[in-house]
Amino acid sequence: MAARPLSPHLTVYRFAYTMALSILHRITGVALAAGLVLLVCWLQALASGEAAYAQFTAVASHGLAQVVVAAWLVAFVYHFANGIRHLCWDAGYGLNKVQARRSALWVVLFVVVVSLALIYGFFVAAGQS
Amino acid sequence: MKSSTPLGRVVRRGSLKAGFSHWWTQRVTAVALVPLSLWFIAALLSLPSFDYAVLLQWLHDGWHAVLLSLLVGTLCWHSSLGVQVVIEDYVHGHATKLVSLLLAQFVHVLLATAGVFAVIRVATGAV
Repeated sequence: MAARPLSPHLTVYRFAYTMALSILHRITGVALAAGLVLLVCWLQALASGEAAYAQFTAVASHGLAQVVVAAWLVAFVYHFANGIRHLCWDAGYGLNKVQARRSALWVVLFVVVVSLALIYGFFVAAGQS
Repeated sequence: MKSSTPLGRVVRRGSLKAGFSHWWTQRVTAVALVPLSLWFIAALLSLPSFDYAVLLQWLHDGWHAVLLSLLVGTLCWHSSLGVQVVIEDYVHGHATKLVSLLLAQFVHVLLATAGVFAVIRVATGAV
């Protein structure tokens, strides 16, 4: 409950796509927090023996669960890339408008390429072996 | 009047309250999560499958267990700090905000403990 400054309200500003990235950072952050529950459930299932793990994988292999995992992966890649962008800003780099817009496009490109690669690695390639 | 050090001039002037520690810890955990999460993704991709026996054997390596425990702990820490800020920004009303903040922190500590404990149980061969 510390009296830290709060984030400004988005509605006050004219829309720019860099704002979409900013709010997406929060949205993916909250989604990833929810996903932590799944990660811990997976580890707990692993620690609870073969039967418990089989039960977990039965649920996890359901189509809907796979979509959730894929979405979580994309959210992670986004939060990772944009998080590094934030760390650069914190270090004092890339803060002007042109640089911020260019790094935003790099983040989008990174997310598309790496998400596709990871989804391929985890779902397609893993299913073949 | 000018006998104070640069640090002495800024301490308790607004920027070095609890907010700084929160901001700094959020960044420290973020930096730590970069190599930890890259390692975990690479490790998962290098496994032949996610079968029970494969994962069990993988976690029997002490360093894998150490790094995975660190990853789970740091993820929960970073997540707790982030969710706290989101609640502070968007949840209004003193009681609702306080309850949400407490709940979010308790859940994060529970997740960290449950996650690390699971890793230790597997790594020590208790399963």
